[in-house]
Amino acid sequence: MTAAMRMRPDLCLPLLAALLLGVPRPAAAAVLPEDRADVLYHYYSGGGVTIDGPSVLVRKQVGQSVSLSGNWYVDSISGASIDVVTTASPYEEERTEYSGTIDYLRGSTLLNLSFTNSDENDYKGRTLSLGVSQEMFGAMTTVSLGYVRGSDEVGRSNDPDFAEDLDRRSWRLGVSQVLTRNLIAEFAFEAISDDGFLSNPYRQVRYLDPNSGRGFSFEPERYPSTRTSTAAGVRARYHLPYRAAVSAEYRYYDDDWGIDAHTVQVGYTHGAVPRWLFDVHYRYYTQGSADFWSDLFPFQNAQNFLARDKELSDFRSHTVRLGVTYDLFSSPIGFAERGSVSLIYDFMRFDYREFRDIRGDLPPGEEPFYSFDADVLQLLFSVWF
Amino acid sequence: MSARRWLLVATAMLWLSGCTGIEPWVKPYERDRLADPIMSFERDPASAAYTRHVHDAREAARGAAGGSGGGCGCN
Repeated sequence: MTAAMRMRPDLCLPLLAALLLGVPRPAAAAVLPEDRADVLYHYYSGGGVTIDGPSVLVRKQVGQSVSLSGNWYVDSISGASIDVVTTASPYEEERTEYSGTIDYLRGSTLLNLSFTNSDENDYKGRTLSLGVSQEMFGAMTTVSLGYVRGSDEVGRSNDPDFAEDLDRRSWRLGVSQVLTRNLIAEFAFEAISDDGFLSNPYRQVRYLDPNSGRGFSFEPERYPSTRTSTAAGVRARYHLPYRAAVSAEYRYYDDDWGIDAHTVQVGYTHGAVPRWLFDVHYRYYTQGSADFWSDLFPFQNAQNFLARDKELSDFRSHTVRLGVTYDLFSSPIGFAERGSVSLIYDFMRFDYREFRDIRGDLPPGEEPFYSFDADVLQLLFSVWF
Repeated sequence: MSARRWLLVATAMLWLSGCTGIEPWVKPYERDRLADPIMSFERDPASAAYTRHVHDAREAARGAAGGSGGGCGCN
């Protein structure tokens, strides 16, 4: 692109006035998303649960300033996680998600509006997102702001009268910075606030019960009705002297439930073989537990809030990714300019440091800590047009 | 942050974009490597969204995981 138009400081106030009065700004050159169609088959298997399904994403420019995109995504869930094995029955369900986005480009400013609708038999989620991205400093820097508002309805499949609401809000700030001709970095900050029914209506916590044969019993979990979190992350990619890139990222997370988490990822992309791309990355994640979390409460109703959800417990996970992409064609065929197919495999390992595997007959509190492996597969066909 | 404060920040961002004297130290014609798809943080959006979903569903942490829409300005 050409360098963005820059103006002297003494022109700033008139420019601001022009902005506020709606006078058109000088055009610069941000870009709309590329026109492409993606068909993804995704498969997850781990911890006794299998989830698979399709995802179809189509992005198409309309005129010079507008791009539309639509996504259809399905999760078909079957099996029984350790929570289900120990406290409920195996199940099958399906989640279907539709989303649509409008991007509007005006000079070096990109505005976007998107809507997402997610439906399960016992959970409905609706999300509206607004975003603005602005290139500045000769397109060396892109600043993005976003606001997300979500409204969910929580149900319970075995109780048609059960209905609770959950409101979600999110504020996002992102800065993308060109540092050298080989290095680009991004900073992201996001604050999320939830208000409403945050518990899982099926999940149970356990407590010591001398009257029970196993020495413990279960009661429903009970979470606070609000949760506020902040997360900040940085990531960078560096182009090596040959056609390859290395990447690194880090994210810190903190919330008012007492959970903090760290995520580190490093990766390498190799593109030096004609028509082939190879990706490998390693991701490490660790988190502490919520203040009101316990694997085994001392008695029933031991405190006002109760959690035994392993996702809120102290654990660490490792992910190793291997990915390969092959360019099916790079000269136009009909309406398609190029196409590719990708196969991506993730191996994930979860090690819990407080959540115990209670499937055996050991005394309460002496069971081994739970761990499991997961295999995640993605098969992606992409066409650019 | 209130909607009014959010609007002020957005307006200031737009204002700053047209009022800088900073010379880009990486010229547009020097951004060929940055424009290479291998330098994209999210080369395949459908795959990136799915990967985020896999992690979000199993971890307490959420947010600031990319997708901020930044670019290299190298079209």
